[in-house]
Amino acid sequence: MTAVAAPSVASLVQSVDWVAIAPPTIAAVVALGVLVADLFVGEHRKAVLGWISVAGLAAAGLALIPLIGDERSTFCLTGTSYDACSYTADRFTLVIQFLVLAGALLTALLSISSLKDAKNANKPLPEGEFWFLLLSSAAGAALLPASRDLATLVVALEVASLPAFALVGLKRDDKRSSDAALKFFLSSVTATAVTLLGVSFVYATTGSLHLTRIASQLTHVDGQFHTLAQAGVALTLVGFAFKTAAVPFHFWVPDTYVGAPLPIAAYLSVIGKAVGFSGIILVTVVAFPSYADVWGPALAALAALTMTVGNVAALRQQATRAYSAVRLLAWSSVGQAGYLLVPIAAAAYSDDPQKSIGSTLAYALMYAAVNLGAFAVAALVARTKPLNRLVDYRGLYASRPLAALVLGFFLLCLAGLPPGIIGLFAKVTVFSAAVDAGLGWLAVVMAVNVVIALYYYLQWTATLFRAPEGEPVAYRTSVPLTAAIAVTAVIGVALSGAPQLVLRFASTGLF
Amino acid sequence: MIDISESVMQFLLALIVVGPLIGAVLALLPAPPGLKGNSPDQAVLRHGVTVTGVILVAAIVLALGFDHDHPSTMQATTDISWIPALDVRIHLGIDGISLPLLVLTALLTFLCALYSYFKMPSGPSPKAFVALILVLESGTLATFAVLDLVLFFLAFEMVLIPMYFLIARWGGAERAAAAWKFILFTLLGSVVMLLGILLIGVKSGTFDMMALATDNGRGLSTSVQVIAVLAIGIGLAVKTPMWPLHSWLPDAHTAAPTVGSVLLAGVLLKMGTYGFVRILLPVAPDGFRTFAPYLAAFAVVGIVYGSLACLNLAKQGAKGDLKRLIAYSSVGHMGFVLLGIATMTPTGVNGALFANIAHGLITGLLFFLVGALKDRTGTSDLDTLAEQGGMALYGKAPRLGGLLAFAAVASLGLPGLAGFWGEMLALFGAFDPADDLSRPAFLVFMSIAAFGTLLTAAYMLIVVRRVCMGPRPQADPGTPVLADVQGYEFAAWTPLVALTVLAGLWPAALLGLTNPAVQKLLAGGIQ
Repeated sequence: MTAVAAPSVASLVQSVDWVAIAPPTIAAVVALGVLVADLFVGEHRKAVLGWISVAGLAAAGLALIPLIGDERSTFCLTGTSYDACSYTADRFTLVIQFLVLAGALLTALLSISSLKDAKNANKPLPEGEFWFLLLSSAAGAALLPASRDLATLVVALEVASLPAFALVGLKRDDKRSSDAALKFFLSSVTATAVTLLGVSFVYATTGSLHLTRIASQLTHVDGQFHTLAQAGVALTLVGFAFKTAAVPFHFWVPDTYVGAPLPIAAYLSVIGKAVGFSGIILVTVVAFPSYADVWGPALAALAALTMTVGNVAALRQQATRAYSAVRLLAWSSVGQAGYLLVPIAAAAYSDDPQKSIGSTLAYALMYAAVNLGAFAVAALVARTKPLNRLVDYRGLYASRPLAALVLGFFLLCLAGLPPGIIGLFAKVTVFSAAVDAGLGWLAVVMAVNVVIALYYYLQWTATLFRAPEGEPVAYRTSVPLTAAIAVTAVIGVALSGAPQLVLRFASTGLF
Repeated sequence: MIDISESVMQFLLALIVVGPLIGAVLALLPAPPGLKGNSPDQAVLRHGVTVTGVILVAAIVLALGFDHDHPSTMQATTDISWIPALDVRIHLGIDGISLPLLVLTALLTFLCALYSYFKMPSGPSPKAFVALILVLESGTLATFAVLDLVLFFLAFEMVLIPMYFLIARWGGAERAAAAWKFILFTLLGSVVMLLGILLIGVKSGTFDMMALATDNGRGLSTSVQVIAVLAIGIGLAVKTPMWPLHSWLPDAHTAAPTVGSVLLAGVLLKMGTYGFVRILLPVAPDGFRTFAPYLAAFAVVGIVYGSLACLNLAKQGAKGDLKRLIAYSSVGHMGFVLLGIATMTPTGVNGALFANIAHGLITGLLFFLVGALKDRTGTSDLDTLAEQGGMALYGKAPRLGGLLAFAAVASLGLPGLAGFWGEMLALFGAFDPADDLSRPAFLVFMSIAAFGTLLTAAYMLIVVRRVCMGPRPQADPGTPVLADVQGYEFAAWTPLVALTVLAGLWPAALLGLTNPAVQKLLAGGIQ
């Protein structure tokens, strides 16, 4: 890959650790396979493509198992005085890859029933393309946390993003969908361009693209290049902040979520964010630790802004507006992105940055499970009430008690209140990272935000249990949808009983 | 009193905490064959009585098995690691401070379940009602039984959602707004409390209350203690509630159904004062000392403010609501509790703990009685009830009137009843506060608080006069007959009356439990 410095032809031919790179590779290969298979599968049997994709994602997830407990690197530089690899599968990588692949798997389950519904409603989505794009994006997202040089990182970021634009705009003859895709695309491309500029500044000052090498080189940057290096550090963060939908790079979120097919909105809210924050973590903690005084305050301010704007906007959603449920989830996911950034900002001030990063990981795992679950129930309701307004959830308990209880549980997890114990403890780790790092003001801002967020989450929860207006409606279920809801609910409940399962990342080394 | 092996005691305490939760889950499932009862509603209400009854029996057995010779040692302790990453342990245990509160909670919840079995508040299905009551019970009992700060916070939060739904679903007029006010106030307080708890945990390296109490603040610098006491204190003060953070309480009480009010006043408020005694006094004594005079000042303002608000509500033509009046009287009574704690003396803290229990018994009874009155007449508005000079409850329903008068005089602190000792000891404590506290300031606080007792007597007597007395009712066949106390009401109220008298006549039973534990707490874990 970037073995430019290699002295001889012999060392250019590397032995590749195929096991280590298996998870993203399997996803990519299955993506291509689905695209080709689409040509040979008859119109009425397209559903099989969906199940192939689900199997592919499951296989990619299983490929993580042999890597557990091991730290493997590949695509390393040879013949240099320092060690630098482009791909590393350590604990951090594995956790994020697991999150990405499991999240994509759940998205795929949601998509199967969405695609079927679209076909029944005579507004079919192109299935082959859909699955290809989803898997490619997942492959890119799985590659990103393993990348250890800036070029691979940017490539992975784009592989994860470009298919997402197309997925958002996939609803043909839907003006809102193509609008959303265009908005998403233009703003994302701008952010990437800025990131590339930042990368070029960093390369100019350090002479390397490998994160660890950059980290050591940045400590003795020539005095006159100091400003250039600082600008490079700040600009590089922009592209990743965009992906996490951090304020002020968040404006694409609500329209994109509403315009996109519902499973894609769920995908963006979880995997899109995972991509963004794992990029931020790699760039800040691994590549630029010596510039913590630049990115620390910047991220802290970003976190405070993001959670406040997201939660206030979610609070202002009108229950009767069309798609208000998805809009509320969209804005609340902006707020949640703010919480995810808090420990990363704290890492700048902490003696043990890995512990802080672990808090972000623990929070992200909790968030991924319950947010996908909430989207899954929203998809269930959308099958009967396509407008998906908040008022449509009134009396859900009367017609589907289990779905209502589960959604209530997910929302309280997101709010961080018992019985959503895992949500509470995830917030506790984030708070404790902030307190530990001495960021008391940020902890207080977050505390206020938790209360604001509780208001709208609880309001939604209360709606579920109100007496229905008129006759309770019958909701149609489908097997994949039920499976997705069940899996996320089981994960949420299991984590509430044994929070240690995810919280252990907050106490151990990751890199 | 009776010898029970340690492992059985551990099991009992674990059952008391977890049992209601399991019961709540079972309440949501359909009743098993053989327990279906007359109707699903009746079956689930009976389930509630059974579960709370079992928990009450367990609590009583626990109290009997409790080693009364050593009430200052933690007994029935369980200590299991739960979340090593956060150093959170499932650490349970009871001593002389928590045992009475535990039994009071189990008793009041059982009485509420019994009362609802016969008199279910109007609203949605009783299934959810029973489940919520049980979750509420579990959260409250856990608050008094856990010895880990993070678990304490978890238990503290656990009661919010059930109480919110109890008010918002089964409440009276303006219940939605009142429920929101309740949950937003408490939550804002408790997230600030979480920050304080985390600060203590980060700086001292442990969340274990026993270790922190033994350490007695030696591992924490004064500035950390001050910040931690401020943060945790705000959270607890909202719950207690302390003036001026009390404004959620009157609304919540007015809107809540009868059993909701009983549990809110009887046990939920105690979680706040318990936290002051269990966490702030031993863990951060230096920080607490800084704030003690302010706490005492706010407490006496609360006493006077609550009494004046009650006097205003009791006035003729003020359209005062009886439930709101009792809620304001709670602000005053909790002011005495806070004053006792703020003195940082064994006398004051013992008084505070005694007043805590007494308030739970008496105010619980008062809310039951006013709820019964509201059920019978359809209103709790004092002016509507007492038109033409008085309601004459003595004449219409003599037993109900007698009980109301009894509860009112108990509440105003008549010697010989439970309300007296706690407030007197709190005043004694303020007469001679801890060495580092300004005595003149506390003498002023004491005189103001003593004046508050006069005001309390004034409004309580006005209420008795307006509700119980009045012109002899005409034997007019047109007016509906006011039913006197029913059998189930007797069953629910008699234990509270009996305990009020018992605690008034034999205060040593309670003080003997709390005093050694308080002495140990204030001395920094040394006996």
